[in-house]
Amino acid sequence: MTDTPVQIFRDSEADRGFRMKWWASRITIYSVLVFWAVICLFPIYWTATTSFKLAPNVMQGQMVPFPPAWTPEADWAKSLFYAPKWKGWESIGLSPETLRQESTVRAEFLKRFMNSTIVALVSSTLAVVLGAMAAYGLSRFRYRWAWMKNDDILFFFLSQLILPPVVLALPFLVLYKELALLDTRIGLILLYTLSVMPIVIWIMKDQFETIPTELEEAALVDGLSIWGAFLTIIVPIALPGMVAAFILSLVLTWNEYFFAALLTSTHANTLPVMVASQTGSQGINWWSMAALSFAAILPLIVIGIVLERFIIKGMAAGAVK
Amino acid sequence: MSGNDHLHVVTSDDISAGRKRFGSLLVWGTAGLMALVALAQTAQVLGWRDFGFTDWRPTLYAYCIWATALCWAQVITRGEQGKRTLFVLPAALFVVSLTVFPLLFGLVIAFSSWNLSSLDGRQFNGFDNLVQMWGDPFYWNALGNMVIYVAAILVEYAIAFGLALILAGQIRARKFWRVAFLMPLMLSPVAVSWMIGKSMLEARFGPLARLARALGVENPSFFESPWMAKLTIMVLDAWTFIPFMMIMLLAGLQAIPKELQEASRVDGATGWKSFWEITFPLMLPVSVTAILIRIIFKLKLADIVINVTAGGPGGATDTVTSFIFREYRERSNVGYGTMLAMVYLVLIVIAMTLLMKFANRLTRPRT
Repeated sequence: MTDTPVQIFRDSEADRGFRMKWWASRITIYSVLVFWAVICLFPIYWTATTSFKLAPNVMQGQMVPFPPAWTPEADWAKSLFYAPKWKGWESIGLSPETLRQESTVRAEFLKRFMNSTIVALVSSTLAVVLGAMAAYGLSRFRYRWAWMKNDDILFFFLSQLILPPVVLALPFLVLYKELALLDTRIGLILLYTLSVMPIVIWIMKDQFETIPTELEEAALVDGLSIWGAFLTIIVPIALPGMVAAFILSLVLTWNEYFFAALLTSTHANTLPVMVASQTGSQGINWWSMAALSFAAILPLIVIGIVLERFIIKGMAAGAVK
Repeated sequence: MSGNDHLHVVTSDDISAGRKRFGSLLVWGTAGLMALVALAQTAQVLGWRDFGFTDWRPTLYAYCIWATALCWAQVITRGEQGKRTLFVLPAALFVVSLTVFPLLFGLVIAFSSWNLSSLDGRQFNGFDNLVQMWGDPFYWNALGNMVIYVAAILVEYAIAFGLALILAGQIRARKFWRVAFLMPLMLSPVAVSWMIGKSMLEARFGPLARLARALGVENPSFFESPWMAKLTIMVLDAWTFIPFMMIMLLAGLQAIPKELQEASRVDGATGWKSFWEITFPLMLPVSVTAILIRIIFKLKLADIVINVTAGGPGGATDTVTSFIFREYRERSNVGYGTMLAMVYLVLIVIAMTLLMKFANRLTRPRT
């Protein structure tokens, strides 16, 4: 539509009208895009900049951090620009000055950060390993367990998605108390693995079904066992799908709050629990809350930017059949 | 069983009787061990004899050993067939032990009064919880809220569809827009509820409150009137999940063969007409999947409500999950909360079954 051939003839009236319409639609489309991008990104920008503010900046509503030396003396500049300060980051011990000193707040933050990282990584890995195996089996062999056939088994796995966490929450609370798993990382890992498993199986089944069975047949003829064929031939081919499932699980488990709030108290609580527990006590310390929130979302922002295509691939897997 | 596998393999296994015996010995032996440990623990709980257990971990370990033995024994007793079972068995065991058992246990709890902070322990109280639930206006209110929240998905769907159409069209810097639009989904709802709910919507200094004031609203408050609060929660939740629907719909749009749209253009269909007659019907299956998954996620909505409004004002923004969460936090009564959750589960299963039936009819090709 865009590349017009070398102009030999003048545009007629009708053509000019068409170009007008084309420009109008372009402008509308790009303004919608910009508008929505602002809606999506402004809260992140707001959090990032608020973490460098002080009380007066918050109250006067200045929005753009700017070196004070270059700030012009005009009124508009004063109501727009402010001098960035490290106060918010000091409160979690991550400002340049406090970074070199011992800091209890930083230790606390890092502990929660480590909890989140370990729980998210381990449970996603576990879910991808177990889920990929199950999805492979279901896409290649026919099973009959009691009255359940392949479709029933698959439905059983996927139906876990419908199960709301609140149904499991209180029984688990009691069970974990008896099993001494309350406030442990293992307890959280088990539950998180369970909650992302249906999604992994869904994505991986889709993935394995696109791989022709002739590949394994050839490998089996060459003398590999079925597990050998799975591990050396199928897994490398299905790796992009596995990465997609892994990233998606990572996002979901990193952000999970409900179970973590209910089942952890002092040792194993994750970053979301820490962020949530701060909101009540120091709601007015905007800068430190902003710093904490921003530190909590930063890893996922990085993952989102770097691994965007895997996330999209994972979510698209179930959509198109 | 092997006759109609998708993967055709000829296997010849001769498994000796001794090997089979070893396999079943393994399963039954570990099962016996588990039963023994469980019995000893029960005996201690009932006060017959003290074995010095402090918690139920030993039974858990015995269960893990049994589960491992069961998987291993598949290969020992059934050779090649067992190796195939081994693909699905671990996941199945994992899911069954983590859902079916707690659910059955939950059913027991649901019919009892159990205050975790008191020393009385569990007391069976029959249908008292159900009766109490029947007369609990806050629970019904929360259920009603869920219906409203779910209805809001249609608006989310419309927005997501519009964005997906734009992203699928001819635009520059497509990757940038896609990453930008995906961002909200990556953020933790707890952080979002602080970033937007608590700080940007703050009535005095929040940028959105300032914007509202600049637009002429006298006293912008986003959480005072019940409907405004509900709406705000809906918008917050929509903000995080619109990208999710958008990506699914985008994938669907990109899978539509280009020829179809070109053919329709040749036939003279333009703009709206081409959308309603070609794109929308072709997108129905994807739309239904996206909406169903979105509903499932919406039914779990809790973290934003817990952190932004804690259900207020007067329960106007409560979801079932956040209500049960608060109920437990305030009274630590496990029994009543579990009963509420169980009823919720039953309602969800009924509603989802009906919805899926309806969706099936909707997407079936018309003749």
